[in-house]
Amino acid sequence: MALLELRHITRRFGDLEAVKDVTLSVEAGEFFTLLGPSGCGKTTILRMIAGFDEPDEGELFLDGQPLAGIPPEKRPVHTVFQSYALFPHLTVAGNIAFPLEMAGRTRDEIRRRVGETLALVHLEEKSAAFPHELSGGQKQRVALARGLVNKPRLLLLDEPLGALDAKLRERMQVELIALQREVGVTFVFVTHAQQEALALSHRIAVMNAGRVEQADVPEALYSLPKSRFVADFIGTINLIDVDVVESNRHGLLLRAAGIGDIAAPAHPGIAAGRHGALAIRPEHLRVSPHSESAGLKNHFLGTVSEYLFRGDVTIYTIRLDNGLSLEALTTNAAPGRARFHEIGDRVRVEWRHDAGIYLAD
Amino acid sequence: MKRGLMLWSATLVTYAFLYIPLAVVVLFSFNDSELNASWVGFTTRWYAKLLGDETMLQAAANSLFIALVSSLIATLLGTMAGIAMHRWRPPLLPFLVLTPVAMPEILLGVSLLLFFRQVLDLTLGLFSILLAHITFSIGFVAIIVRARLAGMDESIFEAARDLGATPWKTFVRITFPLIVPGVIAGYLMAFTLSIDDFVITFFVAGVGMSTLPLQIYSMIKVAVTPEVNAVSTLLMALTLTLIAIASRVALPPLKRGT
Repeated sequence: MALLELRHITRRFGDLEAVKDVTLSVEAGEFFTLLGPSGCGKTTILRMIAGFDEPDEGELFLDGQPLAGIPPEKRPVHTVFQSYALFPHLTVAGNIAFPLEMAGRTRDEIRRRVGETLALVHLEEKSAAFPHELSGGQKQRVALARGLVNKPRLLLLDEPLGALDAKLRERMQVELIALQREVGVTFVFVTHAQQEALALSHRIAVMNAGRVEQADVPEALYSLPKSRFVADFIGTINLIDVDVVESNRHGLLLRAAGIGDIAAPAHPGIAAGRHGALAIRPEHLRVSPHSESAGLKNHFLGTVSEYLFRGDVTIYTIRLDNGLSLEALTTNAAPGRARFHEIGDRVRVEWRHDAGIYLAD
Repeated sequence: MKRGLMLWSATLVTYAFLYIPLAVVVLFSFNDSELNASWVGFTTRWYAKLLGDETMLQAAANSLFIALVSSLIATLLGTMAGIAMHRWRPPLLPFLVLTPVAMPEILLGVSLLLFFRQVLDLTLGLFSILLAHITFSIGFVAIIVRARLAGMDESIFEAARDLGATPWKTFVRITFPLIVPGVIAGYLMAFTLSIDDFVITFFVAGVGMSTLPLQIYSMIKVAVTPEVNAVSTLLMALTLTLIAIASRVALPPLKRGT
């Protein structure tokens, strides 16, 4: 049985349907992420799990027990807030001891558990400090420690890394994964940063306008998106409008206006005549000088119109002769040479017939 | 350079205008003469005389009692109003609570008098003064408490609930400790407002009831005696002390945990 279950949850604010018929389940020990742009309903879901909000329709279950009507303080669910929400008048140790005191633990147990948890987040020497004396990363760790100390069934994290700078963010991501593995508490993480979600999560639910578009493991979301929104939201992707010309178990033949025919992997249940999009990742495109002969099934001529040099990789924008622009990513692995094409160069863009994925409208 | 000089003289003149009258009162309370005319010599006999003045002592006792009790009740109600205004943002409450703060004192005095006499048929005296003082103090306390809450991260209170605290525990452990400086400042504010209130008290005091400001007023109807200077000096000292404490408690902004 799943640890947390959401069944057909709908939540309205006036005319706005913030969450529309969401059904999800989270397994014990999982690092589960709700990913989506701001206003997609992910924080509303988090607040309903924590008990600060109730669904208009549908039910939530924790360990098989319905959560309806149970106030936040009675739920074995703790939250790490985006602003950390540390109590400014309590020390680090006082903050971490708070949930234990509320649970009526003995003085000895509180002292021991606070000590253990401080060690877990490497803040032993800050135990007597007040929140305003801490750096952003330290506050973050206190908030985590406070959320974990009383061993909740579920820890909710509301964009907890949002306020940190890029470098620190990356380090905290690594710490967060290690911490979750160490304590074994189930995490439900909310973020709008897709790379963060991909790096941290066991499973991700991609949300858009109140609905779950797709819930799956990060690898599947990246390589097998089921909708344009997911394809576009996770990573970078080229979307080409196509009509299905032929469909059989070996593959699809697609036709893009002005470009020509494109071979794509088979997509069961798609009949000829349908309209959709071919989604293909920049790293699946190969860029070579147009003088070299084509080696792959799908190949088109174009001109380099833009490039972004990132050190390890270069991202080229290539304008095909019919006007369509594609992004192609090349690794800069060749020794002694970092980049291969200049703006204005005539190039050939190619990709394998089994790369890319057809997305129905 | 010239601009600096202008600024300095403007500052000096302003301060002189504000504080010389007060200084004169203090100075002449120690003057060894019946007349507030010229400096004769140092004495503390006016203070000694005050201590022997039964009416004056009774008025002082009344004032202290009224100030203590009214500010306590006003603080309790004002704190609740301040929290309510912050948390639920009821549209009418700020208007209701803050009107007495903005209302001209004389208007408040007259309307309270009419209300106590015509509507409640109350005998004017200690009780009516208490009610009046509570009325005009609540708003000040509420403003201070609300301002205190307004500067805080809302999620702190949700975090407390989330971590297992009932609403009452959240108030006791988190909300109250955080607003306590505001509550103390509000209390001291209410106390000072009460102890030197004249206008409203004058309307609702009734016959035979006197407070320190009323007593001073009735004394200067005859003449500004050195005794008036002495009692004014004492009142001033008390008020200044309370204001100093209030601003010390309320002014340093609480360092926030966010």
